Amino acid sequence: MTRKLLLDKVNVEGIAGYDVYRKNGGYRSVEKALKTMSPDEVVEEVKKSGLRGRGGAGFPTGMKWSFLAKPEGVPRHLLCNADESEPGTFKDRYLMEKIPHLLIEGMIVSSFALGANQSYIYIRGEYMYVLRILEKAIAEAYANGWLGKNILGTGFDLDLSVTPGAGAYICGEETALIESLEGKRGNPRIKPPFPAVKGLWQRPTVVNNVETIAAVVPIVNDGGEEYAKIGIGRSTGTKLISAGGNINKPGVYEIEMNITVEEFIYSDTYCGGIKNGKRLKACVPGGSSVPILPHYLVCKTAAGEDRLMTYESLADGGFATGSMLGSGGFIVYDEDQCIVRNTWNFTRFYHHESCGQCSPCREGTGWMEKVLHRLEYGHGKMEDINLLWDIQRKIEGNTICPLGDAAAWPVAAAIRHFREEFEWHVNEPKACMERNYGLVTEKTFETATA
Amino acid sequence: MSETTHSQVSFSDELLKEVNRVIGQFPEGKQKSALIRVLHIAQAEFGWLSVPVMDYVARLLHIQPIEVYEVATFYSMYDTKPVGKVKLEVCRTGPCMIEGAEKIVKYIEDKLGIQDGETTADGIFTLKTVECLGACGYAPMLQAGEKYHEHLTEAKVDELIEAYRKNPVANYMGQETNLNSAKS
Repeated sequence: MTRKLLLDKVNVEGIAGYDVYRKNGGYRSVEKALKTMSPDEVVEEVKKSGLRGRGGAGFPTGMKWSFLAKPEGVPRHLLCNADESEPGTFKDRYLMEKIPHLLIEGMIVSSFALGANQSYIYIRGEYMYVLRILEKAIAEAYANGWLGKNILGTGFDLDLSVTPGAGAYICGEETALIESLEGKRGNPRIKPPFPAVKGLWQRPTVVNNVETIAAVVPIVNDGGEEYAKIGIGRSTGTKLISAGGNINKPGVYEIEMNITVEEFIYSDTYCGGIKNGKRLKACVPGGSSVPILPHYLVCKTAAGEDRLMTYESLADGGFATGSMLGSGGFIVYDEDQCIVRNTWNFTRFYHHESCGQCSPCREGTGWMEKVLHRLEYGHGKMEDINLLWDIQRKIEGNTICPLGDAAAWPVAAAIRHFREEFEWHVNEPKACMERNYGLVTEKTFETATA
Repeated sequence: MSETTHSQVSFSDELLKEVNRVIGQFPEGKQKSALIRVLHIAQAEFGWLSVPVMDYVARLLHIQPIEVYEVATFYSMYDTKPVGKVKLEVCRTGPCMIEGAEKIVKYIEDKLGIQDGETTADGIFTLKTVECLGACGYAPMLQAGEKYHEHLTEAKVDELIEAYRKNPVANYMGQETNLNSAKS
């Protein structure tokens, strides 16, 4: 049975409320950290835990924290990124809706570690009903002395509030989030300066994902070393995976980072296999922006080893034959799904969400959308496939923020692994409107790159 | 709301209190950070963000009107044109698409006799397709006001259109939420 650190009490009746949460061991980490540890000791435990950012990039949290500038007399801020918008990802919403005090507890301990006295949770505007759940929980935390002045008599002050976005995927990028929190358009900033030096209101700022901050609670309670015992290699601890697509049991699962992808997809503990007895065609393991894997690279790596639900194993083979754990937005496709249509759909998403600052992204995403649309609707030409490849290459790495990369990678991976399906759309313009291509044939890896 | 602008724009005392609470979450002089929240409040109150509404918000926050316009036009949740009392926002992105979002959109279009982006003649419904709302495991889905309606079927769409037609609920603040939406 998998150990759960975040969702272990999620099904306890009334756990969203303060009293039940507290009775079940809630806010212990605040008592421990504020009364028995120094801020640096908390940072040290997080470093020892090996915790990596759960929003998608996987950057070591302890290291990110240690970069925070601490100039005398300048306030610092901790911002929680609850802008969850990566298609396929719905884990943070689940956590905040079901066990909101866990996030608040994590915010208190993390703010203490960073010396932040005013922290914010930035939540996507569509989650307004979750914002109200969080505001209720924050009010309870204030009423019970966990927030405000002189918490637990330790002299540590913290004000925490939650503030919404208004429908912009780009605000999940940390500098765009900061801009948005300042009441502006969500245009990412040029880095450096990094938020750790100049973030919110030009003050030193740390931005962490909801799940990352929640994970600080068990790390402080049980110690970083204990946390690091779970998982494999540099993939320590547990990860929330939100599973969707053509599976029997979609939902949010907390996994130890040591199980195989095969177990995750086929075991009844998790996804419960492909719906309607269909065959697996492809999988996007970490949110729409990570490379799609064809069926033969989902459960095994190119080297024939079992693929694991870890940062390293999902990335095994690089972009040629691997993908990324990303945000944990796990999307499964059965044999009836059309890869060209899916790629067009994702590209339309990125076109819609591009902030428009950088021309490669602003123009490139729209151009790719048009080309993919004509391929999908049987009006494509063979050279369109190479054109797409060319456009995505010119977006990747040429933009201020990673949205450009995020838009380029799904297109590149689709062409890399499913070129024959794209060609079929050109060669069979009528058939492609009537039926789906089915499974692609397995490729050897020397020829797998386009 | 069918008017093309708002002539009388002001918040009730209760809403002004709420606005001040939100402004109070930010340090002195950083009241502009309240803008996005205050625009949500204004939109819920006035139905959409006309120029007089945006100018009013600018005055409340002591910022220039242009600072409000550029934000209101950037974020997709804001309506700078009149919309129906109930916005049916159907997610169309990847996971919802493969679970039949396109059929749901078509079904609503046919049922209400409007296209994506249009409002019914009675001013009750606006249909809008939107990008991923974070409900991929409960697809297909739509959002109406603050409420998520998930695992949609045609029968479920019939039901909720019927319910909203009887009792149109706009983007009310504090609307009852959908706590049982996320099942796992």
